[in-house]
Amino acid sequence: MSIPLKNVSDMIATPTSPPIVEVLSANKIYADGTEALAPVDLSIDKGEFLTLIGPSGCGKSTLLKLIANLIEPTDGRLQWWRGGFDQVGREGRQLAFVFQDPTLMPWARVGTNARLPLDLDGVSRAEAGPRVAAALKMVGLENFEKHYPRQLSGGMRMRVSIARALVTNPDLLLMDEPFGALDEFTRNNLDADLLNLWWQRKLTCVFVTHSIYEAVFLSTRVVVMAARPGRVYRVMEIDEPQPRGKSFRTSQRFADLCRQLSTWLADASLPGDREKQS
Amino acid sequence: MKPLIQSERFVRIVAPLAVGVALLGGWEWACDHWHVPVFLFPRPSDIWHSLIKDWPSLTRALVTTMSITFQAFLCAVVLGVAIAFVFVQSRFLEASLFPYAVLLQVTPVVAVAPLIIILVKNTQAALTICATLVALFPMISNTTIGLRSVDPGLVNLFRMNRAKRSSTLLRLRIPSALPYFFAGLRISSGLSLIGAVVAEFVAGTGGRSSGLAYEILQSGFQLDIPRMFAALLLIAFAGIALFLAMAWLSKLALGGWHESEIAVET
Repeated sequence: MSIPLKNVSDMIATPTSPPIVEVLSANKIYADGTEALAPVDLSIDKGEFLTLIGPSGCGKSTLLKLIANLIEPTDGRLQWWRGGFDQVGREGRQLAFVFQDPTLMPWARVGTNARLPLDLDGVSRAEAGPRVAAALKMVGLENFEKHYPRQLSGGMRMRVSIARALVTNPDLLLMDEPFGALDEFTRNNLDADLLNLWWQRKLTCVFVTHSIYEAVFLSTRVVVMAARPGRVYRVMEIDEPQPRGKSFRTSQRFADLCRQLSTWLADASLPGDREKQS
Repeated sequence: MKPLIQSERFVRIVAPLAVGVALLGGWEWACDHWHVPVFLFPRPSDIWHSLIKDWPSLTRALVTTMSITFQAFLCAVVLGVAIAFVFVQSRFLEASLFPYAVLLQVTPVVAVAPLIIILVKNTQAALTICATLVALFPMISNTTIGLRSVDPGLVNLFRMNRAKRSSTLLRLRIPSALPYFFAGLRISSGLSLIGAVVAEFVAGTGGRSSGLAYEILQSGFQLDIPRMFAALLLIAFAGIALFLAMAWLSKLALGGWHESEIAVET
């Protein structure tokens, strides 16, 4: 094996490259005055699997959208690869976003849907073909290139959506509750596949979820957020070695981490405990 | 083997056919039984004979009406889509122009037709303009709604991938609009026929002859009621043919993906 089973938190503790994204006291106040997100400081390192979790209204989606530059901060700023957003998309600085819904084009076949980012980028068909095939193979849909989205199950549609994100070879993959609408069995399978992909492709992921189990299973770091106003409440490092398998899910450690996270989340949902804010 | 009455083909074809035969038979029988004079209400067989006898003149009239219908339909589609694209480009333009589109729609063509027929010397052109006015609005409103009905998630995705305006239009807005566009086609095709016939009536009363409506008017003057019915029958069949053609087009374009065209699998 060329890949040593290395402790991931060690990798993060001694970063060899600058952080991929830095959120520098960025906040978001909407036009009607609601403070969706109090000033947040967060830095996302290369190779991490960072999960944002919290009660609804805690600003986790807002934070993800800030990172994706879908919205702009009211105050403070963000840096991508130590620079502005304009240089995102260059070689080695690709960003991809997976939405809550598959958001596929119903009139286009699976292959065309997965090829969309390349088409929009002006990549030729000849060059795009093998890359699309490879991306679909990664999500286990190599035989479905000619299907229409409506012919697929919910889980398979989500896989197409992930393939579409992977086709650009992203360096930073942002996912907003991608498996929230799926049944638990399908969700567990997709989680395991996603973790595998992240490990093999050395991706950097920022993942938003409601599920404590999902957060513990996937993440190298979990950011627990609290609501009103949305803010970072606690951070949990999970140094469980990779690759994580089914046995991790049933281990005592997994249960302990889940219980800890669950306690924090319960505390985070309590009103008026801003003094604990980190 | 399912019983015949449950088979899809039986229900879709044989059942309406049986109703038609029963209606025609009842009609024929009733006219015979109560000795209804032909000039009041002809029997189906009278209409059929008239259709055979007057076939050359009736088909000539049909060709005239259909050519007006098709020209008006084409104009309505081209103009409607063009106007819809303009509306989608700018809210300001839409806000300023939409009330006039509505004005055009709500003014009855019978009321405007005499004016147009007086203003435009060429009868054919005048009738085409009238029919276009009737058929235009559904194309404008449907295509506009279609071009706007884009999945916001996909819009975000296109924006994140820095899509050019032209490729967003080509790859996202136009495909999203297609189901609405085809629904508009079905309505407009029927309306252009109605518009053509109504305009012909107005022109016919003014003595400028053309088309099936004129045949109906003339037959009425001459108390040739079977011929009147025969002309009516041709208009109805032309309408059905148009509708079927549009349904077929829609199936061809959307059959692969859109819910409206996908047969329910049971």
